[in-house]
Amino acid sequence: MPLRLLRFGLARQHPEPRMFTVPSALKKTYDAVIIGAGGHGLAAAYYLARDHGITNVAVIEKGYIGGGNTGRNTTIIRSNYLTPEGVQFYDESVRLWQDLSQDFDLNLFYSTRGHYTLAHTDAAMRTMRWRAEVNKHFGIASEAVDAKAVQAAIPMMDITCAGHAPVVGALYHAPGAIARHDAVAWGYGRGADRRGVEIHQKTEVLDIKTEDTGSGPAVCGVLTNKGLISTRKVLCAVAGSTPRLLSMVGLNSPLYIHPLQAMVSEPIKPWLDPIIVSGSLHVYVSQTARGELVMGASLDPYELHSTRSTLDFAESLSMHMLEMFPFLSDVKIVRQWAGMADMTPDFAPIMGKTPVSGFYLDSGWGTWGFKATPVCGKTMSHTLATDSNHPLITGFNLDRFRRYALTGEKGAASVGH
Amino acid sequence: MKIMTCPINGPRLISEFAYAGEVKEMPDPATASDAVWADYVFNKNGPAGIKHEWWCHTPSGVWFIADRDTTRDIILRTYLYSRPAAGAYAP
Repeated sequence: MPLRLLRFGLARQHPEPRMFTVPSALKKTYDAVIIGAGGHGLAAAYYLARDHGITNVAVIEKGYIGGGNTGRNTTIIRSNYLTPEGVQFYDESVRLWQDLSQDFDLNLFYSTRGHYTLAHTDAAMRTMRWRAEVNKHFGIASEAVDAKAVQAAIPMMDITCAGHAPVVGALYHAPGAIARHDAVAWGYGRGADRRGVEIHQKTEVLDIKTEDTGSGPAVCGVLTNKGLISTRKVLCAVAGSTPRLLSMVGLNSPLYIHPLQAMVSEPIKPWLDPIIVSGSLHVYVSQTARGELVMGASLDPYELHSTRSTLDFAESLSMHMLEMFPFLSDVKIVRQWAGMADMTPDFAPIMGKTPVSGFYLDSGWGTWGFKATPVCGKTMSHTLATDSNHPLITGFNLDRFRRYALTGEKGAASVGH
Repeated sequence: MKIMTCPINGPRLISEFAYAGEVKEMPDPATASDAVWADYVFNKNGPAGIKHEWWCHTPSGVWFIADRDTTRDIILRTYLYSRPAAGAYAP
């Protein structure tokens, strides 16, 4: 190993193949431009190239690959949702996840752990039973379990939660899993790159050009800090920056941005196998293969377009963690961070076609977008290639608000936002 | 912790305050079309910038308006609502 390392030190050129080729300059024209090189944007590029044969595509990214919410989430994958639209959509996503490592020839460390959503009251338990029934109806493994089963699965937990909020039961979702989030972006990016898609990092979108076709506005180009691109199709997959891009094409939306914070502990011996979520205590936690506890809580309480962290957050989350796991009192927090979550009023995403012809949205992923990465790529690439909404996303279109036809998906947020 | 200034009670911890969204002019519900009403109910001024918002100091129940820069997380000004000037706050 040291000899191999030496090779890196002495070689004039990088001695190993790179994950991505670095395209020299932007071309004048592309068949499609994808804004945002996070998981969602790169997955759409990957499936556009692989399944639809559209490879003259540029992915434009202001920062770097997977540097937004793809690299800032707590990596939980599940499909125990509440509405039929949500359940079917996320179930397709979980199926895609399971083959992804082979698809990419890259280890995503996809690890099926089981997922407990704790109920601390009878009212919460009723919701768990409801969710379990909706899930079972669609063939998804979810069941309501009692406090004893929870204690057996997590022997290290104080089941009374310091006496404040005793656990009365849980929704158990066996397929619940975690995966390495950076690798997802890299896997999709490399797959798209090998098929001819260009990924332009450090390229900022300054404006989106539209023209009037007589039957309404249509996309005709994208102005970047590296020049003007002409294109007829633009996919916007930029999470917290979506409202800014929408204002470039003259669209309004119900999206609002709140920071979502998370933090990670120092690595400790493995003791927590399943993923634990408590809506009442505002905690979700899992232990990575490296031994760190990855923890998250609820949204920050007011609108903000910033990824700053706060001590209030670390304090309150630690307090609730200690109610459940008092033995962690000596464990250190090593990192905390935030992402900008694009929230919607009904907790469902905003996807598909828009009133601007050729402008497609993949947004409103708020605090629940990582798990949907593969199915978003699949459905958005279909929508882009055929210019018609994929059947799985018809309940998620932007015009549902104009029609007062919301898709109430409270199961989306793992803790009550 | 962040400090916010209540126009009545003075500087307080921000945990004492509740955020209640942007100041919007309500169209007349009796005459507004469905589209105008949907725009009022659902759509938001989403892009980053300086926002005029309703806040409430919850222990005392004081409602007031805050001008806040959402890019830099800075509270620029807080003041009580006064009806004649309301039009000026429309985004």
